[in-house]
Amino acid sequence: MSESVERINERLASDYEAGFVTEVENDSLPPGLDEDTVRAISARKKEPEWLLEWRLKAFAKWKTLTEPEWAHVNYQKIDFQALSYYSAPKGQGDGPKSLDEVDPEILRTYEKLGIPLHEQKRLAGVVAVDVVFDSVSIHTTFKDTLAEAGVIFCPISEAVQSHPELVKQYLGTVVPISDNFYACLNSAVFSDGSFVFIPKGVTCPMELSTYFRINAMNTGQFERTLIIAEEGASVSYLEGCTAPMRDENQLHAAVVELVALDDAKIKYSTVQNWYMGDEQGRGGVYNFVTKRGVCKGRNSHISWTQVETGSAITWKYPSVVLRGDNSVGEFYSVALTRGRQQADTGTKMIHMGKNTKSTIISKGISAANSENCYRGLVRMAPTAEGARNFTQCDSLLIGDTCGAHTFPYIESRNNSAVIEHEASTSKVSDDQLFLCQQRGLDPEKAVSMIVNGFCKEVFRELPMEFAVEAGKLLEISLEGSVG
Amino acid sequence: MLSIENLQASVEDKAILKGLNLSVGAGEVHAIMGPNGAGKSTLSNVMGGRPGYEATGGSVTLGGVDLLELEPEERAYAGLFLAFQYPVELPGVSNMEFLKTAVEANCEHRGIEAPNTAAFLKAAREACAQVNLSPDFLKRGVNEGFSGGERKRNEILQMIMLQPKLCVLDETDSGLDIDALQVVADGVNSLRGADRSFVVITHYQRLLDYIVPDFVHVLSDGKIIKSGGSELALELEKNGYGWIEQEVA
Repeated sequence: MSESVERINERLASDYEAGFVTEVENDSLPPGLDEDTVRAISARKKEPEWLLEWRLKAFAKWKTLTEPEWAHVNYQKIDFQALSYYSAPKGQGDGPKSLDEVDPEILRTYEKLGIPLHEQKRLAGVVAVDVVFDSVSIHTTFKDTLAEAGVIFCPISEAVQSHPELVKQYLGTVVPISDNFYACLNSAVFSDGSFVFIPKGVTCPMELSTYFRINAMNTGQFERTLIIAEEGASVSYLEGCTAPMRDENQLHAAVVELVALDDAKIKYSTVQNWYMGDEQGRGGVYNFVTKRGVCKGRNSHISWTQVETGSAITWKYPSVVLRGDNSVGEFYSVALTRGRQQADTGTKMIHMGKNTKSTIISKGISAANSENCYRGLVRMAPTAEGARNFTQCDSLLIGDTCGAHTFPYIESRNNSAVIEHEASTSKVSDDQLFLCQQRGLDPEKAVSMIVNGFCKEVFRELPMEFAVEAGKLLEISLEGSVG
Repeated sequence: MLSIENLQASVEDKAILKGLNLSVGAGEVHAIMGPNGAGKSTLSNVMGGRPGYEATGGSVTLGGVDLLELEPEERAYAGLFLAFQYPVELPGVSNMEFLKTAVEANCEHRGIEAPNTAAFLKAAREACAQVNLSPDFLKRGVNEGFSGGERKRNEILQMIMLQPKLCVLDETDSGLDIDALQVVADGVNSLRGADRSFVVITHYQRLLDYIVPDFVHVLSDGKIIKSGGSELALELEKNGYGWIEQEVA
């Protein structure tokens, strides 16, 4: 390995700016999981009977399931009885209030993280934010402006109270209770998350965004997000996440469901920067997430864009079920692993409707002792007449102690369907580094520039503000402290 | 300007340079010629600090700064520019972004104010015109899908933008047709001046018709064995390297 690469790997030690802890008093459930835990969560949220029944059904199912082991990741089995399944800062348990009533410590947390909670401070007022702190939503901005357009954007726990018919109609229709181990657990104990409803013909007047923060120790975060775009509606939704640096692993098992009806468009972007653990692999977030959208209507469009730089382990496959004829599914992903991170991520594109189209662009970057896997399924059902998929899957290696793996699964049961798959693996070469250094770039700058170039096709898909943030995040991730 | 004294260097523990001496004054153009395997490319790589090329003895100083002690990027800040024989691609990294970052890094470390965006753009477009590349090349990835000639012209473009004190051209003429050679030479000649020096490494005399050197040196088996004026290049072209090697032996 060249000296330059060694210099970079030395500096890759994580410099995690979001790693601080907020000192607040919590109202937490004691560790442990049984039916009473599920009942207690439901009671704290003052949920209707039907939702409690739904949770209990999920819990009963979950007890019969075992953890999936097929992913290319290694970790100590999670002791589900050692986790707390609900934690809310004291006095915030009833959901968002006016900002004056929010604990100033929490406000300072978001200030430090650069998340705007004051609407008037927003320059152009283009993004509405819902912030979730451990198990509860703290505050949602621009609710009134959105309501004028007919858009519902609120914590899901609030939607259960205010729009029970919508939640009941769609919850669990995309990711059923029994879908998989973690989704099932989430269904039983989910705490909070965002609910978005865009009525027929409405283009959401601003970007919507949720910011998730795990703070409390030994707490799992199980958020649940549900986004519905009716006929001809469209919305762009952004999601960001951070957690403090702790020696213990934190579990994050979210479920996100998207529903797009005829001619609707949903764009879902994630910048995931959960704590990744230290150099020895101690601590960090287990990010075991189920994200799926269904293109239910004709000409509907769902697009996932993700930039994954954090978490000790990532297990995540944002997928699209293409039911409606002519519907379009997209997956654009950048996954960066360093230190001892492990990522097993990719997508599923399930083509059922006629002339459905999907595009998958995956960019995996591995450095230091990390493992980075792309796992993707493209399935053409017998009904998927004239369907097309294009997959491009590129891996970039920095140094020679990391791993990159590609597991494509292709199933075609329709002869008229076309599937294209391209894959490449390359290294940041010594020649490239030397060219950059000779022109005056230090090795960190050089690598960050090469990696940014490698990711360009995906960054192009991100909303402007996020693209800038993602670029910076990659740079910070690659920089570490200069020794 | 540049002073190389008794430079010894090895690649994979094999001694390649065996006591090379070279002194280049400000504003001078020196050509280094020699047969294959003489150590020509090793010289440029050792000067630039490419990993794998190890200086085992002697010194290289540029403007009084000992280059061998520095990281490659610090050598650039000291004023060294290498034009590569095989410029590599940086996919997705736009030429513009690359140039701007490089210019800013060099300005910062040399203690001069970096040009603002407008001034930078203007300079970049002018440099493109000078090396006969369309300004569209600024938007493309660095060397991405460029032809051999375009890559070499892109090197000269970078040279113009970075304003180095000493330019080392490592067989820049290899793989160039006459037209491209002319463009590259014009670029180099336009940069010639009292405070900038050139070391032109080449196997063939052809390039020296376009970039006329003040001095010509013959490198053989890791040492400079003969030096002379530009007429020496013509002599080498006519009679090859054998006679000098014999003369020295």
